[in-house]
Amino acid sequence: MSRRARLALFALGGPGFAVVLVIGLHGLPAFGDYHGIYGLLLDRIEPHLRHATDIVTALNFDIRAFDTLGEEFILFASVAGVAVLLRRLRAIDEHVDRSRSSQAHRFAQASSAVRMTSLWLIPLLVALGGYTVIHGALTPGGGFQGGVILAAGPLAVLIAGRYLILKRLAPEWMLEAAESAGAAAYTLIGLGGLIFGSIFFENFLPLGTPGQLLSAGMIPLNSVAVGLEVTGGFLLVWTEFLDQALIIGQAEPE
Amino acid sequence: MSPLQATALVVVVVAGTAVVLTPEALRQTMVLGIFGLALTILFFTFQAPDVALSEIVVSGVGMPVIILAALRKIRVQDREREQDREE
Repeated sequence: MSRRARLALFALGGPGFAVVLVIGLHGLPAFGDYHGIYGLLLDRIEPHLRHATDIVTALNFDIRAFDTLGEEFILFASVAGVAVLLRRLRAIDEHVDRSRSSQAHRFAQASSAVRMTSLWLIPLLVALGGYTVIHGALTPGGGFQGGVILAAGPLAVLIAGRYLILKRLAPEWMLEAAESAGAAAYTLIGLGGLIFGSIFFENFLPLGTPGQLLSAGMIPLNSVAVGLEVTGGFLLVWTEFLDQALIIGQAEPE
Repeated sequence: MSPLQATALVVVVVAGTAVVLTPEALRQTMVLGIFGLALTILFFTFQAPDVALSEIVVSGVGMPVIILAALRKIRVQDREREQDREE
């Protein structure tokens, strides 16, 4: 399509889209003017029913835990897909480039200031991530958010320009095991509801006192399971991509 | 709408436009990170801290690593192709 044809299409479509958007936005309720029965009901009954102080996490890991199960396996399947695709590429590339791949591990000349910063970052990120995962039922956060922060901890080694140390620190088998264990644990907790209660993902554990670390029954456990899977999954995807970028088919270091 | 929310909305509009108008992919990744931060602040001012946390971890750490790795791979491949042509 020529440039003129594209511009003509935009001249037609742009204003049309704008009109539809303005009409649509006009019908939206104002911020805070919420009348959804489901949300209002949850706000009212959740604290008594589940003893979690963060209703969003309670929704994700208990009331609609089955939805999260689906999301879990979407993540699981995507990570597996990335690994399968990129490892196939790697097998082809390694065949060609084995002689060159060994010299590429010092790809970045990170200054000592950057290396020092990354050294500080690692424990801070791991602590923050762990906190976010464990306190999912109490404060904003939970397994997904905390899991990514946890995964960012080892990634700080990369900022220091030591990618191969990251690979030794978090080898692929360990990441795969963490990811699978997290996904399996989440499913098993759901099955626990079926065995000890009567419904898949029924909250079968004691609810405890609201606001305490160990409260809200299975919600913190689910949060930890998801955190484990997300940590493993994200690190696995990152290392697969970084393998491609930094090690395989690498010409002389710059 | 409070002034804070209005400011956050304006910042999101400006940052989003900046992402589109940034020509070079590497710089665009950085601007995209700033856009993610603007969205995070927006979600936070609209009282959705859980979503804000998800947004900042995805746009601040999750995505840039993958994009940067892909960009580097493309650059290395381009260079190799040029070398092959010269040979």
